Amino acid sequence: MPQQQTLTDKEMTLPILQLSGIVKIFPGVKALDKVSLNLYPGQVTALVGENGAGKSTIVKVLTGIYQPDDGEILLDGQAINFPTAHHASAAGITAIHQETVLFDDLTVAENIFIGHAPRTKLGLIDTQETSKLAQQLLQGIGADIDPSIRLRDLGIASKHMVAIARALSIDARVVIMDEPTAALSYKEIQELYELVEQLKSQGKAILFISHKFDEIFEIADRFNVFRDGQFIDEGKIESVTEADLVQLMVGRSVNKIYPQRQEKICEDVLEVKSYCHPTEFDDINFTLGRGEILGFYGLVGAGRSELMQSLFGITKPSDGIVKIGGEITTIRSPADAVGHGIVYVPEDRGKQGVVIGLPIFQNVTLPSLSQTSQKGFIRLAEEFKLAREYTQRLDLRASSLDQDVGNLSGGNQQKVVIAKWLATQPKVIILDEPTKGIDIGSKAAVHEFMSDLAEQGLSVIMVSSEIPEVLGMSDRVIVMREGRMVAELAGDDLSPEALIRHAAGIGEVNP
Amino acid sequence: MIKRFLIARETLLLGVILLLIALVASRFPGFVSAGNLVNVFNDTAPLIILALGQMVVIVTRCIDLSVAGNLALTGMAVAMLNSVAPGLPIPIILTISILLGAGMGLMNGLLVWKLEIPPIVVTLGTMTIFRGIIFLISDGKWVNAHEMSASFTGFPRAETMGLPVMSWIAIGVSLMFLLLITRTSLGRAFFAVGGNPHAAVYTGINVGKTQCAAFVISGALAGLVGYLWVARYAVAYVDIAGGFELEVVAACVIGGISIAGGLGSVGGAVLGALFLGVVKNALPVVHISPFWQLAISGAAIVIAVTFNARSNRSSGRVILKPARSNS
Repeated sequence: MPQQQTLTDKEMTLPILQLSGIVKIFPGVKALDKVSLNLYPGQVTALVGENGAGKSTIVKVLTGIYQPDDGEILLDGQAINFPTAHHASAAGITAIHQETVLFDDLTVAENIFIGHAPRTKLGLIDTQETSKLAQQLLQGIGADIDPSIRLRDLGIASKHMVAIARALSIDARVVIMDEPTAALSYKEIQELYELVEQLKSQGKAILFISHKFDEIFEIADRFNVFRDGQFIDEGKIESVTEADLVQLMVGRSVNKIYPQRQEKICEDVLEVKSYCHPTEFDDINFTLGRGEILGFYGLVGAGRSELMQSLFGITKPSDGIVKIGGEITTIRSPADAVGHGIVYVPEDRGKQGVVIGLPIFQNVTLPSLSQTSQKGFIRLAEEFKLAREYTQRLDLRASSLDQDVGNLSGGNQQKVVIAKWLATQPKVIILDEPTKGIDIGSKAAVHEFMSDLAEQGLSVIMVSSEIPEVLGMSDRVIVMREGRMVAELAGDDLSPEALIRHAAGIGEVNP
Repeated sequence: MIKRFLIARETLLLGVILLLIALVASRFPGFVSAGNLVNVFNDTAPLIILALGQMVVIVTRCIDLSVAGNLALTGMAVAMLNSVAPGLPIPIILTISILLGAGMGLMNGLLVWKLEIPPIVVTLGTMTIFRGIIFLISDGKWVNAHEMSASFTGFPRAETMGLPVMSWIAIGVSLMFLLLITRTSLGRAFFAVGGNPHAAVYTGINVGKTQCAAFVISGALAGLVGYLWVARYAVAYVDIAGGFELEVVAACVIGGISIAGGLGSVGGAVLGALFLGVVKNALPVVHISPFWQLAISGAAIVIAVTFNARSNRSSGRVILKPARSNS
């Protein structure tokens, strides 16, 4: 088998895995539009692209979780398909996710061999053999982990090691790493790099997904760029610069029309000064004007949601001052925040937004029941009126407000959550990824609505990872990286390149 | 959708109860005499009251296994109080028993809220503790009928407007619950907390506090029933209402209150309790061994849970479709 000596020559090395013309359509969205991806033995291919470019979708296609609607997958030149995750894993494809999917309460050895543990003659699991093999695998990747301890007791980096050992134990040939360093410390990242080198030398093909340019240029041999579900370019990493990659990632005119607003920002509604948290963010300072839309951009894990949750009283800050309408305010609980006119629409609607099982109108009025009550009893007619008023303002499409909220689409659920907060008549509304995972039509409605709100004098904080949305909607943008504010951009400084540069820390010395 | 289903299901349960009564009546017409039906209802009244309290606890994703222990301890305490101070008026006795019960419920609630101990563990513990305290305060002795005052034992049995006071209390509590559930923010909070605790937090609802409130309500009702029980049977001892907590939970499950939280109705709890009450009273009439009664109650629980599982599954399918279209 041609291997090491031909690594540098693309023409002579055959890819282990070739994907071409892959199409994946979700109702209303073409998540992947004829993309291709080649993975070569002993090489690291970095897959880059903005959020929504289709990176996770392709990983799910590769690991048999999604079935492509069209296109071809070739393994060693043979056409293959993966009807289930099991088929993909049997073909030697394994994925190591940002948050490893392993079992906390099993031992390291059990985790490595779950599903394919060595057996004794009686068909029982051979625990001694399991331990021994696990030990060998772990030593092989230079991980000093006792195979008999429970996974729960390991740090994230060690869990990654276990996941990698597991990948090796099933003789994986293709290893997918989906933002493996997102939660790692600097030292752990270095260890991971060494491991990647080792996997390369064993001839594994590695697909490395990352937003961080420094690490892409450090360990990748090749790059592959997706944008909006389409394949853009691929090639050797030596042949491009950071600037080229950024250009490839964003290289589009902002082709969506965002609502225009007249800027008339008056007095400050919210002021946050040297706001700190022991582990999640540090030294945050910003002001928010009446009727302003302030965007927060950053990579996943930059601490934006954590900051917002703290402003909303869910977690406690360690230090800092919050002024609302010029007065110093302490927010101890979400109820406090609502009382002071700050509301938060969380990112994960299903988990944190709507109460499935309650009808739409009861979801809407949940935080404003006191408004519709008299002498402690809810007046149902008033309640219905309130719910109708706000759902109509948001153009919610539902057959009846009595309907269970669980039967609504994601976009309409989002509207229910927003209606719920508007009914409390807030001063500041924090929207965390307001259009994530909703269809294009609903997206436009949410954008339209956000600018209406701002026009009416409501101040909006929008946390978003979608560059066009950040650029299109925000008056000002704060960029966060690793828990700190790294830039505050407005006017002409606002450009896709600037956002990516600051968020990824390009052109700065890393610690 | 779910609401409509629940209504249909309550009708179904009512139908089953009526069918059961009709079956028994076809062989023993005496069973459907007004007097007997009143007896059956009166006999089921404690179960109805406790099932309502348990319902709000279960709706918030908790469980209260200490209700029978609470009932027995409160019963013993007021019985002993009555034997030393026979002159104490009934309203005071009632207040004391409700407060005592609520206090024990508060203890459960605080342990769940502040220390975040799983409710099943907390109430399994307090259930035993309450029984233990009865033994300590009573020295294991009984308080018998002759030690209780006539007004003390007479109150739950007194008849007004054709029904014993005990029955009226059950009706009154049911109506109060109807108001609590449909017309107060606390009632709404119970369902929000049980339906989606994360969303409840983001809505500014304090999940632990709401659960604690549910335990206090359940405890207060257990205390109330404690007095009524002891007075009605005119005896108090360590083991009264032993194992009754499971019957209470069973009534809730049969009444369609989802053990996973967030789903339930006053009608369901009341009908679930009535179903068990009718089974219990009808079987001796048709000369079926009491052991069958256990089997029938058990079968009813399994059938009810199967119904629950089926309804949840179908609603799951409805939810998935829009979610998939947006991923």
